Amino acid sequence: MTSEALDAGSRAVAPAIAQAELSRGPSRLRPPRRTWTIGRALILLALIACSVIFIYPFIWLLSASLKPRSDVFDNMLIPQTITFHNYLTVWQQAPMALWLVNTLFVTVLAALTVAISSAMVAWGFAYFRFPLRGPLFGLVLATMMLPGAVTMVPVFLIWNSLGMVGTLTPLWAQNLFGSAFYIFLLRQFFLGLPRDMFEAATIDGAGNWSIFWRIAVPLCRPALVVTLLFEFQAAWTDLMRPLIYLRDASSYTIPRGLKALLDQFGFGGDWHWEIIVTASVIATVPMILLFFAGQRHFVQGIATTGSKG
Amino acid sequence: MVSTTTGAAAGRGQPTPVGESAEVNRPQRRYRASRRRDTLAALAFISPWIVGFLLFTAWPVLYSAYLSLTDYDVINDPNFVGLDNYKELFADPKIALSLANTVFYTLIQVPLHVLVSLALALLLNRAMRAAGFFRTAFFLPKMTPPVAVGILFLLLFNGQSGLINTVLGWFGINGPAWTTDPHWVKPGLILMSLWTVGSSVIIFLAALRNVPLDMYDSGKVDGANWWQQTIHITTPMISGSIFFVVVVNTIAAFQTFSEAYTAFFGSGNTTYSNDAALFYAIYLFQQAFQFLHMGYASAMAWLLFVIILIITLIQVRVSRRLVYLEGEQR
Repeated sequence: MTSEALDAGSRAVAPAIAQAELSRGPSRLRPPRRTWTIGRALILLALIACSVIFIYPFIWLLSASLKPRSDVFDNMLIPQTITFHNYLTVWQQAPMALWLVNTLFVTVLAALTVAISSAMVAWGFAYFRFPLRGPLFGLVLATMMLPGAVTMVPVFLIWNSLGMVGTLTPLWAQNLFGSAFYIFLLRQFFLGLPRDMFEAATIDGAGNWSIFWRIAVPLCRPALVVTLLFEFQAAWTDLMRPLIYLRDASSYTIPRGLKALLDQFGFGGDWHWEIIVTASVIATVPMILLFFAGQRHFVQGIATTGSKG
Repeated sequence: MVSTTTGAAAGRGQPTPVGESAEVNRPQRRYRASRRRDTLAALAFISPWIVGFLLFTAWPVLYSAYLSLTDYDVINDPNFVGLDNYKELFADPKIALSLANTVFYTLIQVPLHVLVSLALALLLNRAMRAAGFFRTAFFLPKMTPPVAVGILFLLLFNGQSGLINTVLGWFGINGPAWTTDPHWVKPGLILMSLWTVGSSVIIFLAALRNVPLDMYDSGKVDGANWWQQTIHITTPMISGSIFFVVVVNTIAAFQTFSEAYTAFFGSGNTTYSNDAALFYAIYLFQQAFQFLHMGYASAMAWLLFVIILIITLIQVRVSRRLVYLEGEQR
């Protein structure tokens, strides 16, 4: 019966919260006049020109991946001869499927673990009062200021002594302990939730864990989605850690594999740029899809970071 | 406004932490018991962070400080050498070179990054239709893996057949050999980095949309044109966001690694000198994981930490005079 009450409660409030989150800030600030003027036309022209500059490298890359080897550098927008041969070659020359699976494995684990652990820690800081809460949270924020370079060597030595160097574990396992940035983000969100709901649940006899898991977590879905998306992207695109920890080509992630292909087929090697170009497309497309899947959350998450950081 | 217990944590203008007000009128005894229970529960919730902090931050920081006073190659035990590593830092020409490269990159990249993203955000803010499309166009490059950005740099900025020089050729400009000429490598990398300003554009756009419209109305009454409004109204109103973007990007620029490493380092490149692209983070990485000079690399990391700390403190200091925060008294 308690759980029913809780569910009903969270169902009732969740849409309201989501709504509030979406419509925060003043609505679009359009100038009152809507007639076309030279100024407006110039702005539109500038916007179009800029977006061409920003989008063109993608089109160039995609187009080059469809060209035969001799035409890769011809800078033609539409390939003279369209061929999917490069994709076949990449698949044969490199364990692309394995790299994709490795990357997906790391990325999913990294995102899930960091979201759950950071939400727990954020809830601990947001909901409870306890001695040293302020200084401890200050410490959380302070760790964000520490350059990764300082801890890089000892952390490597830890994984080395555990015999984990060469495995995928060091790429995600640290996320089990939360990450300062997401703790900050999620705590901000928790602080915005109405306290009354949780008080009511306490009176109904709900324990601390069920208040967190059954009420707080469902309510902070928007912030959790932002966390998942951000971390998914960070883990997918990371180069430094795979460079440090992965030894064998069979354990490579996509960025590490791409770097290996560049070393093999680029300047030092056989000048097969069509292979590199094609592998770059394969590495990038999932991130583009991720953006379109979570566009609203990406934009909101970044805007929030900027205004509250 | 903010209670002392949250002093360090809660910044300006945040909502009162959940539960602050509810407990005021409770009987003292019940209050104490609930406080004890609260403390235990809170510790349970934040325990992942405490463990992670001790294991992956506190201990590594201490151990890194110790390692920086030793010679350590992972295989043999650390050999205590006192301050020798730090003395060596100042004698090592590659430290001077990589620091100079990094400072050059940061000094030029950060202002350009802020200007370009601010200009794009100002344009976007005035877009009447298709604002969503343009925003997506500006942000998408940020999704590209840095390795792919490094590869795109090699291809687009190629001296003979790259797209950039081809376009420059249309205007009769003979473009430089961006990827091989030591004088043009860093400018090329900086230009390429401006492709990924997307998140700053979004931060600025959000800030611009929070500027109250009536500010501009009074500006118009005073006869200010668009440029004057931008300088005297918009810029001060969003100075908090500008400060944030400057600080975050300075720290990031100082640790720039992936794009330059992809394009110029690793086993592949042996055809020409890559000294011009040797940034501090790259040299640190080489010392630690290619030469296995773990002690020296740790000393390098501490030097980096001190430099970044000093720069950030200076920026905070300067911003006190320049940044306008609504509703805040200083």
